[in-house]
Amino acid sequence: MGRIGKRFDDLKKRGEKALIIYLTAGDPSLEKTYEMILCLDRAGVDIVEIGVPFSDPTADGPIIQAASQRALKGGTSLLDILNLIEEVRKVSEIPIVLFGYYNPVFIYGNEKFAKRAREAGVDGILVVDLPPEESDELRRHTDAEGIDFISLITPTSDDGRIKKISERASGFIYYVSVTGVTGTKKPEIADVRKDMGKIKKITSLPVSVGFGISTPEQAGEVAQYADGVVVGSAIVRLIEENSKKNNLVEKVFSFARELKNFHFK
Amino acid sequence: MQQALPDKNGHFGIFGGRYASETLIPALIDLENAYNEAKYDQAFKDELSFYLHEYSGRETPLYFAKRFTEELGGAKIYLKREDLNHTGAHKINNTLGQALLARRMGKERIMAETGAGQHGVATATVAALFGMECQIFMGEEDIRRQSQNVFRMKILGADVVPVISGTGTLKDAMNEAMRYWVSRVRDTFYVIGSTAGPHPYPMMVRDFQCVIGEETKRQIMEKEGRLPDVLIACVGGGSNSMGLFYPFKDDPGVEMIGVEAAGKGIETGMHAASISAGNIGVLHGNKTYILQDAVGQVKDAFSIAAGLDYPGVGPEHSHFHETGRAEYVAIDDEEAVNALIFLTECEGIIPAMESAHAIAYAMKLAPTLARDKIIVVNLSGRGDKDMGIISERMGFSL
Repeated sequence: MGRIGKRFDDLKKRGEKALIIYLTAGDPSLEKTYEMILCLDRAGVDIVEIGVPFSDPTADGPIIQAASQRALKGGTSLLDILNLIEEVRKVSEIPIVLFGYYNPVFIYGNEKFAKRAREAGVDGILVVDLPPEESDELRRHTDAEGIDFISLITPTSDDGRIKKISERASGFIYYVSVTGVTGTKKPEIADVRKDMGKIKKITSLPVSVGFGISTPEQAGEVAQYADGVVVGSAIVRLIEENSKKNNLVEKVFSFARELKNFHFK
Repeated sequence: MQQALPDKNGHFGIFGGRYASETLIPALIDLENAYNEAKYDQAFKDELSFYLHEYSGRETPLYFAKRFTEELGGAKIYLKREDLNHTGAHKINNTLGQALLARRMGKERIMAETGAGQHGVATATVAALFGMECQIFMGEEDIRRQSQNVFRMKILGADVVPVISGTGTLKDAMNEAMRYWVSRVRDTFYVIGSTAGPHPYPMMVRDFQCVIGEETKRQIMEKEGRLPDVLIACVGGGSNSMGLFYPFKDDPGVEMIGVEAAGKGIETGMHAASISAGNIGVLHGNKTYILQDAVGQVKDAFSIAAGLDYPGVGPEHSHFHETGRAEYVAIDDEEAVNALIFLTECEGIIPAMESAHAIAYAMKLAPTLARDKIIVVNLSGRGDKDMGIISERMGFSL
């Protein structure tokens, strides 16, 4: 079992939920991303999602779009990100998921990517624009390297699709709680509860909920019905607002602590 | 005869597909099913044909450009006059089809992206015609460059949404349109304007544009008693060219040439020639040739013709290129402007800047061919919208 599966098992034994934090790699710099990953680990975050910036992020709202643009201006590439993760792995065992779009991976080369990602210590990959109909060309290689293929389920997925997606997913299911892009709408808790019930009947994989969860209170509320909660845009906004300040890493640490504390309830 | 493409997952060989986020997949499947039903439904076909005929003014002439041919001194050149359609370009063939499909699916809101504004105007037009709510996503930079089209869309009742992300051009408008569609997917029909996007769009847009090639085939048989030797059309996303080419794809004697925009010159990097100078990647829901850097970030396209200013190309064109069924060449801004002026002087027809790329290539090719050869050029749109750009280039102030 990989780091992701093991983390969910440990949490389950303790009756806890996973806190998953998203960061756009290279925003404000790769050095800061490195420091922030380690600080998230210290803050008790369970999984980090490292956003691979892309020029045309069609599933992202304005906050993550802007972060991607900043990271790309700084010259951040997939190769740099994999090298960064290799450095993180020397000092941390926090499960790491790469989150992004297909083209940068495709251009890097699917097979080469999977090998390098495994060597670097990547545990899972979530490619927003690779639905199950198109994912074989990449997952043939990531499966061979033991990298989890995290898959999205959305409010528009019917039972048939939930089954099709979860049969082929590994690691965990990422449930997109709103019909929309990242960081724009707030999920309706009643809908999340209903949809989680539906998904849980079909799959035994852990299910994490993300898109639009920005406060500790919301995270805590959603966590009641899920195995994990993803917070992305709210952290990215905090990073943007404090990117030039000396206490950036401390601010991210405190916000993660605050989220994690709510989570335990 | 080859097997009909795309396959059931929307692939044209290694190209095409449905590289979209899960939120959209169920909507794309619904759309595909609705379209597959509609296309065999006589009532739907009759309705579309009624509007193409009575509203858009089809069929469009296949005009023998006698003086243009004589000036060039080679092959006979026919112009397929898509510029004579209502709204001034071929775009309406597709927006009528998609709007009727939207209505059939019970969707009362339609939305679209637009670059120069031609597809936006064609979409806003059918929205007005069918009394539908309409939103058009357009890059901020394009809004500035194409204020007249923006105004046309507004008086047609559309809500023009400025897109400020990225460089504020067509690519960004398409990104924003996809984001918006994700949020309103249950009640909104997304009218894509080119043979691009995720399956079933490249297939559906092609089918709606095939009326161009079907008419051409019939018309040339009437006029010449034989098929043409060469078809020439400009390629941005590729809808007018695919509409002309596709009905001839199984006629091996008919050569097809797609003309991309070389902008300021391929070597300058400021162009929109995805097939001629790009490589394979995944953008806006399909795998195709795109303009990108070494690490897979999509580059901005550049062309004097806003309608060709897109860093990708329809996946079926990539397939035609890969299999050698069509040839793709590139014409730069200057050649296209000269062609616009030359055709205007010879024939009294002002082509759109986009179509002028196809005219420019015909001007290169025709003199190299014998006088009994036949070329058909798709005159996809009229040039009125480009008078600002042309006058500026010629030193006139309007």
